Amino acid sequence: MKKTITKAFLTTIPVMMGYIVLGIAFGMLLESKGFGVFYSFIMSVFIYAGSMQFVAIDLLATSASFLSGIMMTLLINARHIVYGLSMIQKFKKMGQLKPYMIFSLTDETYSLLVSPIPENVDEKKYMFFISFFDQCYWILGSVLGSLIGAVIQINTTGMDFAMTALFVVIVLEQFLSCEKHFYTYFGFGMSLISLFLFGANQFIIPSLLGMIFGLLLIYKGGYKNV
Amino acid sequence: MYEIILIFLIAIVTLLTRAIPFLFFKDKTNQFIEFLGNVLPYTIMPMLVVYCLKSVDILHGNHGLCEIIAVGSVIILHLWKRNTLISVFSGTLIYMLCVQVLFI
Repeated sequence: MKKTITKAFLTTIPVMMGYIVLGIAFGMLLESKGFGVFYSFIMSVFIYAGSMQFVAIDLLATSASFLSGIMMTLLINARHIVYGLSMIQKFKKMGQLKPYMIFSLTDETYSLLVSPIPENVDEKKYMFFISFFDQCYWILGSVLGSLIGAVIQINTTGMDFAMTALFVVIVLEQFLSCEKHFYTYFGFGMSLISLFLFGANQFIIPSLLGMIFGLLLIYKGGYKNV
Repeated sequence: MYEIILIFLIAIVTLLTRAIPFLFFKDKTNQFIEFLGNVLPYTIMPMLVVYCLKSVDILHGNHGLCEIIAVGSVIILHLWKRNTLISVFSGTLIYMLCVQVLFI
């Protein structure tokens, strides 16, 4: 049990760096719009979705309508639908912890959960603690941001690169762990094409739709090897 | 009260986007969904890398030099040491030095 928790903690360290820094940025920004620690706490506990929470600051500050809040959330978080598809099998064995696993499936947690699980650990607890630790870092970061962000000045510029570095490492590990690299190239190709066509702010949804459609064609064509 | 309701709505809709696949494909064993479950991690992770680097402007400013140097360092370090923590820590440090010291 102790070993499982330790392993899970070590796995989450890169996310800890990213989440605490991003969380502080979130808390500070929210504070600057006149919403204090109570708001950053309940948002990070109940919403728990990084990019959406940043958008929510704007929504709150501009007193946006409930309908536009719902629409924005659907658009920004639509990618979660696709993440869940990879987790249906993995979460089947989670038992009572399954609802929490579904609730807490962020980009970063997803990236850790699809990575190989170390040997000699309790798989269920290992996965749960990854999700749980990640949310703790995010809550800690946002509360810290609200409390001390305005008082102490630290130059954290660039620290959020930890997230990028983590994703690069995971892609590299995926690349090294299998013979055929078609799906990696396909993922890069599809996202770069949609980035080029639709621009930085709205390329995610077209790129996900393109992937699903492309994979459907590949599946129908009988090419299934990873 | 408005703020609390808005936050509550965002929370509910976010949870909904996360729960949809589990509600709709709960017990069915659809082969295509299973196929997607296997291959999507390989196509989504590259997309997240692109997402992190989406704002890099290679035509203006530093031409994404810091990003190129830092991502390059992460790849080289990782191929050499094969240790996620070393790669992520060093890459982040190199990037911070680059954006804070080299190019202000």
